[in-house]
Amino acid sequence: MPDKKRTVRVPIGPQHPALKEPESFMVDLQGEKITSVALRLGYNHRGIEKGCEERTYMQDLYLVERVCGICSHSHATAFVQAVEEIAGLEIPRRAKYIRTLIAELERVHSHLLWLGVAGHEIGFDTLLMYSWRDRELVMDLFAELTGNRVNYAMNTLGGVRRDIAAEQFPHILKIVDALEERTKYYIELAMTEETLAQRLSGVGRLSKEDAVRLGAVGPTARASGADRDTRRDDPYAAYDELEFRVITDDRCDVFGRAVVRLGELMQSYSLIRQILKQMPEGPIAVKAPLKIPAGEAVSRYEAPRGEDVHYVRANGTDKPERVKVRAPTLANTQSIAKMLEDGYLADLPIVVAAIDPCFSCTDRTIAVRGGRDSKTMGWEELVQYGVRWYRERGVDPSRIKVRGDESA
Amino acid sequence: MSEAESLVAQLVATFPALNGRVTVQRAKRVWIDVDRQVFPEVFRHLAKDLGFEVFCMITGLDEGADLGLIYHLARNDGLMANVKTRCPKGESMETITSIFPGGGIYERELIDLLGAHIEGLPEGSRYPLPDNWPKDEHPLLKDWKPREKGAQDA
Repeated sequence: MPDKKRTVRVPIGPQHPALKEPESFMVDLQGEKITSVALRLGYNHRGIEKGCEERTYMQDLYLVERVCGICSHSHATAFVQAVEEIAGLEIPRRAKYIRTLIAELERVHSHLLWLGVAGHEIGFDTLLMYSWRDRELVMDLFAELTGNRVNYAMNTLGGVRRDIAAEQFPHILKIVDALEERTKYYIELAMTEETLAQRLSGVGRLSKEDAVRLGAVGPTARASGADRDTRRDDPYAAYDELEFRVITDDRCDVFGRAVVRLGELMQSYSLIRQILKQMPEGPIAVKAPLKIPAGEAVSRYEAPRGEDVHYVRANGTDKPERVKVRAPTLANTQSIAKMLEDGYLADLPIVVAAIDPCFSCTDRTIAVRGGRDSKTMGWEELVQYGVRWYRERGVDPSRIKVRGDESA
Repeated sequence: MSEAESLVAQLVATFPALNGRVTVQRAKRVWIDVDRQVFPEVFRHLAKDLGFEVFCMITGLDEGADLGLIYHLARNDGLMANVKTRCPKGESMETITSIFPGGGIYERELIDLLGAHIEGLPEGSRYPLPDNWPKDEHPLLKDWKPREKGAQDA
């Protein structure tokens, strides 16, 4: 007779079981049930904090924007706010409103993205197709307003780089109206479609006590009943002049996390309308010095996934002494093991996806020393190695034509 | 009295040694400078008695002979307390995981990137550097420089 108590250890990752970023789970199973999970992160460490110390504040702004591809404006704003606090820069009100507008549009695009991923993880791909189609409206709007669909580079030290003309307002409002209608449909779907509720209810449970104890942030914390939102608690940009509700839910499961994000979408639409209505006239930036006086500041920012925290220490030169970035996913990963415990292995992808993870952390050119057969290659050598590797296996990459390279 | 000012008064009443070492930067930012010896006591008091239940992160700084450490805590009303202390390089700090179990990952970051020593940290994999990264190389130390692109191992 098989031993019912036998534990099986299954390694999952570093290729993510659900998303496109690497991290690794060591899952202990008894039958279908998960008894414990050990997490290993850091596969994507790029050394951005070190990189910031070697670049000027203005260069850092663009580097920091690339900490995350989805919430790029979040990191850039968190960083620039800290630098402005040290330099004692008071940015114009219009710049604050434009920063807030981009921030809320970013939340809309991020939450719609999440909704699609969540649908995909539970085999509801129609939802993925619908919500990602809707998300395109925001992405195209970003291209119109900022010149880019991602990494919008709206911030500069002392304000924003681009103004938004009053003639653009009607178009923004039209898109917000369309998205609001779609979101209402998704909310109705979530509340009435029984298969969806049944698939997500009770999955990935995280009690309020655990959420607080383990330091969960953002929608993950709010769906466990923790009433926290940096926009309200420690207001920045124009949030202290705008009305909004902090959405919480006490379901404490994946369904609750979906409900919170859908509710937040509705709040974002309302915020965008208020911003356009109240947008003050005036300049969009003040002149910032190249050298920032010695000092330090911590900036907090409610990104779509939770709180971004940036610490900057200036030493009087044009380069920072230290930049420290805490992205919300690092805070939320601490709760994943708890959410998975006593759950089923089959729920792992949706539970992991439900914190809306973004494992944007780490490296590009780390040379690993020691170990058998270890070798450091330059780019050219790596290309040659790749060509040779494929040729030995009967593939001739030299016959593949790359567009723009027809002469070769 | 504002929230920040009343926090200063409360702290100085409990720890007279902190007189003059607690500063209010602005309405929601308080900085507390403590010696390493009293740090655990002050930190526990903030977390357990004064409502600083949001643990944000730890910032590590290379300050020459010392590692500068800033523990960023926040309260639900948005008030943030930044507790600064210094630890001579080579000596160890007590772990905060007994108060904030989720804090371990930030301590592992200090170990990998700045060569900190943390006492009482539960077993676990390193973060964020790869398993075969040399144990004596800590990239965030000021004297650490990345090797030239394409350079071979010594």
